[in-house]
Amino acid sequence: MIKRSELLYFTLRNRKLVIGSGIILGFLLLALIGPTFAKYRPMDYASPLGAEPPSAKYWFGTTFFGQDVFSQFVHGLRATFIVGLLGGGLGTLMGMLIGFTAGYRGGVVDEILNAFTNIVLVIPTLAVLLIIAAYLQVRSLLMECLFIGLTAWPWAARAIRAQTFSLRSRDFVDLARLSGMTSLRIIRDEIAPNMMSYLVLVFILQFGGAILTAATLDFIGLGPTNTISLGLMMQYAVLWGALPLGMWWWFVPPGLAITAIVGALYSMNVGLDEIFNPKLREI
Amino acid sequence: MALSVENLTVYYQTLRGDVHALEHATFQITDGEIMGLAGESGCGKTTLGHSLIVLFPPMKYVAGRVLLDGEELPIWDSEKMNTYRFRKVSLIPQYAMNAMNPIRKIGKMTQELLESRGVDYKEVIPELKRRLDLVALPHDVLNMYPIELSGGMKQRMVMVISSLLNPSLLIADEITSALDVATQKAVAEMLVEFRDRQFVNNLIVITHDISILYQIADTILIMYAGVLAEKAPTKSIIESPRHPYTRLLISSLPEVGVRYAEKRLQGIPGNPPLLLNPPSGCRFRDRCPLAYERCLEEPPFIEVEKNHFVACWKEFEPHA
Amino acid sequence: MRRYLTRKILIYTLTFFLAVTIDWLIPRFMPGDPIRNMLARVSVASNASAIQMMYDYYARLFGLDLPLWQQYLNFWKALFQGNLGISTYLFPTPVVDVLKRAVPYDVFLLVPSILLGWYAGNHFGAIAARAKRLDNFILPLSYILTATPYMWLGILLAWFFGIVLGWFPIAGAYSFSLRPTWSWAFLLDLLHHWFLPFASLFIIEFGGWAIGMRNMIIYELEAEYSRYLTALGAPKHLIRRYAFNNAILPQITGLALKLGVIVAGALVTEVVFSYPGIGYLLLAAIQNQDYFLIQGCFLFIILGVLIANFMIDIAYLVVDPRTRRGMVGESA
Repeated sequence: MIKRSELLYFTLRNRKLVIGSGIILGFLLLALIGPTFAKYRPMDYASPLGAEPPSAKYWFGTTFFGQDVFSQFVHGLRATFIVGLLGGGLGTLMGMLIGFTAGYRGGVVDEILNAFTNIVLVIPTLAVLLIIAAYLQVRSLLMECLFIGLTAWPWAARAIRAQTFSLRSRDFVDLARLSGMTSLRIIRDEIAPNMMSYLVLVFILQFGGAILTAATLDFIGLGPTNTISLGLMMQYAVLWGALPLGMWWWFVPPGLAITAIVGALYSMNVGLDEIFNPKLREI
Repeated sequence: MALSVENLTVYYQTLRGDVHALEHATFQITDGEIMGLAGESGCGKTTLGHSLIVLFPPMKYVAGRVLLDGEELPIWDSEKMNTYRFRKVSLIPQYAMNAMNPIRKIGKMTQELLESRGVDYKEVIPELKRRLDLVALPHDVLNMYPIELSGGMKQRMVMVISSLLNPSLLIADEITSALDVATQKAVAEMLVEFRDRQFVNNLIVITHDISILYQIADTILIMYAGVLAEKAPTKSIIESPRHPYTRLLISSLPEVGVRYAEKRLQGIPGNPPLLLNPPSGCRFRDRCPLAYERCLEEPPFIEVEKNHFVACWKEFEPHA
Repeated sequence: MRRYLTRKILIYTLTFFLAVTIDWLIPRFMPGDPIRNMLARVSVASNASAIQMMYDYYARLFGLDLPLWQQYLNFWKALFQGNLGISTYLFPTPVVDVLKRAVPYDVFLLVPSILLGWYAGNHFGAIAARAKRLDNFILPLSYILTATPYMWLGILLAWFFGIVLGWFPIAGAYSFSLRPTWSWAFLLDLLHHWFLPFASLFIIEFGGWAIGMRNMIIYELEAEYSRYLTALGAPKHLIRRYAFNNAILPQITGLALKLGVIVAGALVTEVVFSYPGIGYLLLAAIQNQDYFLIQGCFLFIILGVLIANFMIDIAYLVVDPRTRRGMVGESA
């Protein structure tokens, strides 16, 4: 365990973490207050002229139907962050439950959970999501979060299981057991704090993964039916000829935002790993 | 003198500054001598051992000279040092259990290593097999993967590989620490065999376990907090140590066959100093029961008797 | 080795069972009469007798009057007979035939991009691990590439190289004016259409593997066996070779784990470029609510992934001698 002040020192000095979180915070801010700045509603037909390039009136231009791209963009950002948080959070939670139980209990429980995890791991997530989503007529953002969380947990479960294994056999756990602590207390007081840093890393990766999966689903048209999202913007752009008509302002911002956010998350991940693991720190 | 070390100083670079891991170490080893290097964890013995063969970052060379068989070793220049590695100076590392490539057969790895150093493997095979016999390893071991060997077997294999080219100086770093007592004895005795059969000219055996050194070492060098404390023939160290630290160390060893019913085992109270900003003067000052004002100045490492070196004012100042 | 293989085969068989069961289960969760729902959306002439024929056919296929377990068994029976139903979107073509036409395009797109991306990415990552200046440039670039959604890169490439520069076509597998023949003209045209979708998949995979390999190599270069070799004065190229051989192992298992993601990526790439693979087919099926085709695509994708997984497991067996000797090297 490292002291607070040392932790803070390395946190602030770590460029990857600082830049990464800066980017995330920037987009988050945009997602939170952007919609109030948007002059038009995302699906309103604002411009009678149809597609227009970016101008003072329409900061990101308009779509083929004359909708304000900026408005769609900031509303879509909101959806992105929600999916990342809830979908990624659910995935991490389930991964924690399954991975931790398997790692801590061992034996038959571990074998069964492991086999289960491997099976779900092999099935391509998207195929299952497609099947489920295709049969539902109306889909909400929350449902998308649910589906993503329920299918993204296997690799988190595996990673957490491996980490639990290595922690379980450490000396301080044996010591706690010898001194008569109950299992639950051991988990809460001895193992969990050591897992905390690892869980943060896992969550960040799940967050990013959820965003990418959601974008893919939305792009194919299996996202939420009642909200605009970045993936959906790209689908519309491709469907309505943004490519041959050269309406770059329609498809560049959504993809750029996703790339920037997920890239920032990966950067934060590496940065945090360096902080938690002193061996990786560069002098 | 087969090995002569003068004023060797090596620091570790860290974010908070340089850690003075080894300071002006000066000593000599004669031909055929097995020198034990002992001390607490963190006293600098591994640093000393490694600086004679390879300086991994964050270790950095600061000062000093090393002469082996009259030739100066360019330890500050890693590239130039390469010609000496394996041939003149060799190492049995602390992590011998993991020192071999896990996905290569041992024989293949040895062959590739030798050939990369310009040695014809075919010519060496008969000698290799003879050495395997010496350490009681079956020849089959060359066709196995490291994972198929036990800890003790891997240790012995690494011993054979490291000493294969008959280096003048062999540094054995904590090679018995991870073994059970019976294997420890066997491995220690093999080291002596290597010296007796002149596979190796000089041996430096680094360990924190003095009882092993008692069995095999000719001389023992005691280190404390990055500086040399005492060097003397084994008998002298065990029976008539002169440095206060050595004395406390020896007396804190339990004797075999003696039961302490009433007395508690005496350790040495206190902790060694941090070497980021080492204290001035003698580094053992704070824990030494005999410390007085002279100790505020660092004592030199002086020969007080034949082949017996100490760094303690009490030993070469008339008044006490 | 036998243990390793049997465990894998067991998992894959179980997975296949589960997948087929899911496939069979889903339509039964739909509210209302599933067949009527389906037929209501059939884009076929409103010939009353044709619709009645289809209804009877599906009723028999679904066996809705039979007990549930018998319906399940019938499903399996139909599966082994190669009968996946008839597509309502491309009526009256059987689903299997529709899929068979699409599979070659997928193989053509996926196999080179996966293999080349993996190979080139890993070697490049290995180089970056030891060349400091290259590393400083490659590292952030690779992270950005792994963060890029597949469809966006596809769109960007299509727009820039297809529209702005006009070097490549951006739709279809071959020009509409040509007919598939074994002629040079056709093959060139095929490649011309193939290049952008291939590139978009390849580039992202390349970035991902490069980063992974770079990190693995750095880790291996600091391993104890590397230190020992350095202490014994082994030349750098030997140490690097050993590091590479050790680092490649988790990259092989990593490939198996990423197959799901790659399949998803191929799917959206096909949509962007209207490339007639299974992905594109799946999208069309969804938009037209052709449930038989959806189920067929799902099964094909699962099958493909399972086979690929198995091949990767065999490859791992060949490369890691410890697994061959029955040691527990990598966890299953």
